[in-house]
Amino acid sequence: MEQTIDCRGMACPLPVVNAKKASEELAAGDVLTVLVDNEVAVQNLQRFASHKGYVSTGEKKGETEYAVQITITGAEAAPKEEEIACHQDTRRKGMLVVLSASTMGTGDPKLGAALMKAFVFALTKQDQLPDTVLCYNGGASLTCEGSEVLEDLKLLESEGVTILTCGTCLDFYGLRDNVAVGGVTNMYEIVERMEAAGQIIRP
Amino acid sequence: METQVKLTKLAACAGCGAKMGAGTLAKMLDGFKTHADPRLVVGYDKSDDASVYVLSEDLALIQTTDFFPPIVDDPYLYGKIAATNALSDVYAMGGEPKLALNILCAAESMEDKTIREILRGGYDAAYDAGAIITGGHTIKGAEPIYGLAVSGFVRPDKVLTNSGAKPGDVLLLTKPLGVGILTTAAKAEMANGAVMNRIYQQMATLNKAARDIMVRYPVHSCTDITGFGLLGHSYEMAQGSGCTIHIQADQVPYHPEALEFADMGLVPAGAYRNREYAQPGVKVRRQIPLALEDIFYDPQTSGGLLIALPEEAAGACLAELQQQIPRAARIGYVTGLQDTAIKLE
Repeated sequence: MEQTIDCRGMACPLPVVNAKKASEELAAGDVLTVLVDNEVAVQNLQRFASHKGYVSTGEKKGETEYAVQITITGAEAAPKEEEIACHQDTRRKGMLVVLSASTMGTGDPKLGAALMKAFVFALTKQDQLPDTVLCYNGGASLTCEGSEVLEDLKLLESEGVTILTCGTCLDFYGLRDNVAVGGVTNMYEIVERMEAAGQIIRP
Repeated sequence: METQVKLTKLAACAGCGAKMGAGTLAKMLDGFKTHADPRLVVGYDKSDDASVYVLSEDLALIQTTDFFPPIVDDPYLYGKIAATNALSDVYAMGGEPKLALNILCAAESMEDKTIREILRGGYDAAYDAGAIITGGHTIKGAEPIYGLAVSGFVRPDKVLTNSGAKPGDVLLLTKPLGVGILTTAAKAEMANGAVMNRIYQQMATLNKAARDIMVRYPVHSCTDITGFGLLGHSYEMAQGSGCTIHIQADQVPYHPEALEFADMGLVPAGAYRNREYAQPGVKVRRQIPLALEDIFYDPQTSGGLLIALPEEAAGACLAELQQQIPRAARIGYVTGLQDTAIKLE
């Protein structure tokens, strides 16, 4: 069955209210077309459709005429969307990586720097990335220009990992203007993030 | 029960959702002649909440006005909320409201007792604020409007603007978000009474307590979150201060019911306008549900104060705020200017 409702001239939230009422009378496979006269209504109708797990398309028909087509699907369509959302997020909730020195482990500093570089590189290759990478004290230099792990940290950031460097540390080492990736933070946030972390990893 | 015209049915937009977009407004006001006056320390150029004019060494005048169409059917609450919202701009500048004028437009279909209730709400809010309503102006029109023009005072060296945030500051917010979405849901008759009562009470709560506590701390910058939403007002603060504002999405207090309604498509037009305005300056650094973003762009009527102050003072200030305002929260921090004005983390 196909049904068209005309919601032109109606202010928010009436188009959604009417679409909701009309959709409740329809069965899976039916198509509901809602005519509206503004972009806000189009976007709200699409939010409504995706909330219900329905499929929707919006089409601009004229200067002030839009048609939103909503295909009613069975109730089982709804959980799918959530599954997709879960897959997209590869970050492991609550995993915090602390880089408190520019080197990894104690021993030869040259080796330590090479190990740190390898560690951050390996981190980018994990199936599940950390939520946050916190850099403080000697680790503050890792997020600054000239750092050997800069590109890998940028890659992590582009994947949605929050990279944060301690502002006090940057000031101490005179690096405040050299930060090249992520944000600058303070002790409040460092403590809060550590408290909230389910898992803290320190190389 | 007697049948009565529902106030909100007379309004096309709800509350601060009726506000004209920030971008549109800036264009419209561009290029007019005004007098340059060194005593005018805060004018329109800073896109601040109110203007501030220095009268003497220890006294400055704050002027502001705010009004909007009915946001709730109860006329008393409507009046109280509209007046509370108008008074808020003075608090956001760190000042105390003293004198106010009513601005009222009554629809033909409104009875006298309805109009009287709106005004009673306004007078009650002004009374609680310690301000005196000395008169005003009333007209008849198609759509009801109520609000106040308010004058307040502040010491010139204690003026708080939305452009003083500094790197290292922490950001506090004193009221939870979601008011615009919830009033839209109420218009759709989908939000229940208990939730809406909570929202109306919040909107009718003055920012006086927050202001009175805040001024005892070394606050750098303050604004109230109203029509432009959290991200719109943060964007103004970031741009005015030349800093980057980091909002920690999971720390921002909001009414949980708003999330579901936003997801359902009950998002007010103002939220879309705010998104259009601020989004170019917002970098989202983690996956945030669209509905939560909607809440951050949601226009607030009579929203809370957004306060920027040094980290060392923030803990004590927040603790004191929370004694009176339990939902006050620390929602982010300020750094030097990075690649974008706002980072949503």
